[in-house]
Amino acid sequence: MLNLYLAVLRRDLLLAYRRRSDVFASLCFFILVVMLFPFGVGPEPALLKMIAPGIVWVAALLASTLTLSRLFAPDYLDGTLEQLLLTPEPLTVVVIAKIKAHWLISGLPILLLSPLIGVQFGLSAHEIGVLFLSLLLGTPILSLIGAIGAALTLGLRGAGVLVALLTLPLTIPVLIFGAGAVSAQSSGQGATAQLQLLGGLLAAASALVPWVTAAALRISLE
Amino acid sequence: MTLWAQQLACTRGDRVLFDGLDFEVHRGAALRVNGNNGSGKTSLLRMLSGLTEPTRGVVSWDSEDIRSRREQYHRRLTYLGHLPGVKEDLTVCENVMLATRLSGNCINRAAAVAALRQIGLGAQINLPTRVLSQGQKKRVALARLPFSSATPLWILDEPLVALDQEAIGWLSETINRHLDNRGMIVYSTHQEISLNVDQHLTVNLVAPC
Repeated sequence: MLNLYLAVLRRDLLLAYRRRSDVFASLCFFILVVMLFPFGVGPEPALLKMIAPGIVWVAALLASTLTLSRLFAPDYLDGTLEQLLLTPEPLTVVVIAKIKAHWLISGLPILLLSPLIGVQFGLSAHEIGVLFLSLLLGTPILSLIGAIGAALTLGLRGAGVLVALLTLPLTIPVLIFGAGAVSAQSSGQGATAQLQLLGGLLAAASALVPWVTAAALRISLE
Repeated sequence: MTLWAQQLACTRGDRVLFDGLDFEVHRGAALRVNGNNGSGKTSLLRMLSGLTEPTRGVVSWDSEDIRSRREQYHRRLTYLGHLPGVKEDLTVCENVMLATRLSGNCINRAAAVAALRQIGLGAQINLPTRVLSQGQKKRVALARLPFSSATPLWILDEPLVALDQEAIGWLSETINRHLDNRGMIVYSTHQEISLNVDQHLTVNLVAPC
C-alpha cells in the first residue's frame, strides 16, 4: 500500500517537474494577484496591513483552484487514470497520493513565499508566523476540497469554470478562519481558536475527502 | 479460475447495445469479441474489467461478483484499453517501469530495457514518449504484458491497432506464451491474429439499428 502511494506521489512530482513552467505560472499568478491590490486600493500602510491576510488567502485560493484542472484531467485524457483505477490496492491510496502531490506543487510554494508577502505588507513577526501556520493548515484543505470538484467534473465541457463554481463556496469557512487567524493576532486576541478550527477542518477533510473523491472518480469514468 | 458473465446488458441513453449476454472463460481459453463500430465492444470489455457498471447482469470471478472484491480481482487482471495509458512527458523506459509498478509488480530498469528491446524500441528507451509515433506508443503500452504473467486474465481492447507486422508477431507470441501458461485472454480486434488455443470462444455483438 505504501509502495503504491510512493509510486503515485513520485510519478506526479516527476510529471510536474517535467512541466515546471506550469508550476511557476501558478506561483507567478499568486504573486501578481497579491501585488495588484496595493495598486487598486492605494498605498496606505495601515489599510494594506489590515487587508493583507484576506488578500493572501484569496490569492492562495485562486492559485490553488487554477491548478485543479491538472489534478485528474490529463490522466483521464491519456488513459492512465483507468490504469490507476485498476491497481490492486484501494483507490483511496491513489487519491491521497495525488492530492498530496497537488499540495506539494501548488500549496507548498505559496506557503514558503507567504512570509515574504507578509513583510511586504508590513505585518509583524508574530502575524507572519500566524499567517504561515494558517496557510500550513489551510492550503491542504483547499487541495482536498478541490479534488472532489476536479473528480466530479472530469470529462465535462467547461470543467475549469465548473470546478471553481463548485469548490469556491465550499472553501469559505477555510477563508474565514484562515484570514481571521491573522486579524485576531493583530487585535491582540490570539489566533489559537481559529488555528484549532482550521486543524479540525483539515482532520475532517483528510478523513472524508479521499473516499468521496474515489467514488466520484468511479462515476466519472463509467 | 473462471470469468463468468451472466445476463449482461448495456444501454447507452435509450439505446440497448446488448442484452442477455452469457459466457464463461476458463484458464487457457481465449474469448474474442466481434462487432462493428459502435456495437459495444469497448463497453463490454470495460464491464468485464469493472470500470463500467453493467446495466443488468453480473460479472463474476470465481463465482464472486467482481464489484464485491475489487482489489482481489484487480490482482488477477491486466487491462489495456483503447487509450494508450502512457504519459507523454515520461520517457519510454519510465512509462514501462511505472505501469508495472502500479500493477503491483516492481521491475528494475534492466528488465524494462530488455523488454523494450524485444518489442523493437531499443533505440527510443530514453526519449520522451510524446515524440513517438502512434504505433510506437501502442508498443510502449504493450511492453508491460511480459511482466503481467502473474495476472491470469488479460483484457485487451483492440491491441493490434496501429501495429506493424513485426509487432503483431511479437504480440501473438506473447499472448500464446500466456495461454500456454494457463492464462486467459479476452480481446477485441478487427484484424487477424493467430493464437494456438484449444478453446477459442467468440461473442458477436450486433450493432442496434
